[in-house]
Amino acid sequence: MKIRATAAIMECLLEQEVDTIFGYPGGTILNLYDELYRYRDRFRHILTAHEQGASHAADGYARATGKVGVCFATSGPGATNLTTGIATAYLDSSPVVFITCNVGESFLGKDAFQEVDITGIAMPITKATFLVRDPQAIPDVMRQAFAVAATGRPGPVLIDILKNVTAADQMVDYEFVPWTENRGCGSIRALSSDRLKKPEPDHQDVDTLLEMIAAAERPFLLCGGGVVRGRAHREFREFAEKMDAPVAITVMGGGGFPGSHPLTTGMIGMHGSEASNVACDECDLLIAVGCRFSDRVALNPASFASRAKVVQIDVDRAEIDKNVLTDHHIIGSARRVLQMINEKLPQYSHGDWKNYILPKRAPSVAPESPYLTPQQILETVRLQMPKDAVVSTDVGQHQMWAIKYLHFDYPGQLLTSGGFGTMGFGLGAAIGAQAAFPDKRVLHITGDGCFRMNCHELCTVEHYRLPIITVVFNNGTLGMVRQWQNLIYGQRYSETTLDRGPDFVKLAEAYGLRGYRVTTRQEMEEAFAQALASDSSAVLDCKLNIDEMVRPMVAAGSPITDFLLSEGGAT
Amino acid sequence: MKQTISILVENQAGVLNRITSLFSRRAFNIDSLAVGVTDDPTLSRITIIVDNGNSVVEQVEKQLNKLVEVIKVRTLDQSALTGRELMLIKVSANKTNREHIMTICNICGAKVADISPTSMTMEISDTPDRVRTFEDMMRPFNILEVARTGVIALQTGGGKI
Repeated sequence: MKIRATAAIMECLLEQEVDTIFGYPGGTILNLYDELYRYRDRFRHILTAHEQGASHAADGYARATGKVGVCFATSGPGATNLTTGIATAYLDSSPVVFITCNVGESFLGKDAFQEVDITGIAMPITKATFLVRDPQAIPDVMRQAFAVAATGRPGPVLIDILKNVTAADQMVDYEFVPWTENRGCGSIRALSSDRLKKPEPDHQDVDTLLEMIAAAERPFLLCGGGVVRGRAHREFREFAEKMDAPVAITVMGGGGFPGSHPLTTGMIGMHGSEASNVACDECDLLIAVGCRFSDRVALNPASFASRAKVVQIDVDRAEIDKNVLTDHHIIGSARRVLQMINEKLPQYSHGDWKNYILPKRAPSVAPESPYLTPQQILETVRLQMPKDAVVSTDVGQHQMWAIKYLHFDYPGQLLTSGGFGTMGFGLGAAIGAQAAFPDKRVLHITGDGCFRMNCHELCTVEHYRLPIITVVFNNGTLGMVRQWQNLIYGQRYSETTLDRGPDFVKLAEAYGLRGYRVTTRQEMEEAFAQALASDSSAVLDCKLNIDEMVRPMVAAGSPITDFLLSEGGAT
Repeated sequence: MKQTISILVENQAGVLNRITSLFSRRAFNIDSLAVGVTDDPTLSRITIIVDNGNSVVEQVEKQLNKLVEVIKVRTLDQSALTGRELMLIKVSANKTNREHIMTICNICGAKVADISPTSMTMEISDTPDRVRTFEDMMRPFNILEVARTGVIALQTGGGKI
């Protein structure tokens, strides 16, 4: 069947069961948007205020649903505005297909208006990039892009299509192929190769691990982002309960293991709990699932879990021994590997070890205080929010507090920029999640610095009537940077004080949303209850002390139990 | 320690860039690099020689394996590979020393590619060590210019990557 090239792009998106597209039009992508007009009853297009917002929204959509997100942008500045979003998705292994259009073939490489080599720019921050110069290549490239984005360790892919390829007179041979088939489509070499298939874990590797588990007295489990991306939370929970061992989460692992489970010790690493970090230091077997031992987890690789045999389970072979040298590893998706382990794993009991580690957990009740504290805000949120509410965060102190004090029970419930640490990610991600789940409540936890970076997306929130509740931890400073300046840089607060506007309540109102000023715990409880009761969006401007700190804290590069700040009040 | 990495890739624009950027990202210097199409015109073979530790090369090999355009990667065993390099070398030559240069060419298996009243250009294709020996032998004759292709290599025996 011969159809227009642009129609083939739309049909390929339908093949992949895409129903939502985030994007922003422009000169070179006009033809594609013209086609989208014809398909407007089959796709929901969310027009953001800025391409970066669209990129985070597509990423948030992918993280929340587990499906591949889709984002459109035009050439030049439209394409470069995506790059922060692409890198954010890449570092956190989020499957997103970015489609940009470039200038026509005759202008390529001539510095034409809004021309940029976006496939070159995106090369180190994508799993693959495609430059489409021939309309006939469209179906293959589209299918391959989705397969690459979704398979193995997920990640972003960029397709750059020349404007002349999208011209109305360009006709393409197109036949419908269901996505389940085209992920193994023989016509595309890369798809038929082994690397795109989930590797089947090695039985012998699994047996070796079972022997190591049997010999261990103080086992400790680490739930990483791979459990979340692989939707292996049920398998991981069964594994942990059979192991009867303490479980820590990484930032990306939030939602992989229930936050209120009796075995959880909370976060590990730089702001890890005392229970997690001591368990890591004193365990004799550490099993990390879908975790790459980043420098925020293994702060000091040489001393990390030095008394333990370290086992790494990961879908990506390149992560093995990259940061921490392991004693054993299993290659495979978290879900498949854990299924194979669980089949043969007997029930263990590690009472003494648990009784040593688990009491180290800090009490989770927010203490009374004369002024509003981060823990009070988050306790209010935790007690009032629906149990399945999705939480997106930005980056910094509020992010660490949110992961520490809120409970995440399923993959996709926590959307946070862990690897790239992108300020401004949260609101975009919340838009993506709310677009995916109109019936769930979506909370956007942010700081005043982060919120200012992308708060223009409130117009998107208002326009599409997305009932997102934004909670701003407004301490009038770049809190995390100030914390480092306070502890490590002799309290020289260089350019971190944000003693400036706007008034976030008035800003919310200017966008047509409800704004609440919150200065006490009671005001927080009332404002949040009102915001939840209403089915429209709201911004809560919560005033905090400028010197609030994230506790505990271990300095970068230090052994994991060398706490610079302890869990309690005193340093 | 020098290591030879042989990579089979799709013959497309941008692939070489993707591969070399993996090396530059981690600040690995490439000693030599040679690219050419294979018997299958849709595939190219890239031969890269690096001077790095084993664990470093192992990491790069794993990263290379993740690239969509890469079909196969193999670090060749130094004791089981056939490696060759082509060098063109131009030296000052006149009637008094031409004979002498020819003797060395015969010993080393080099051929004369070009000649002029004041110069001679030789070509030699051999193992990197022997190419270097020939270059050393030419040094007394005042080398004017040198161009070398970089090493290409295949593993010995009937196996293929």
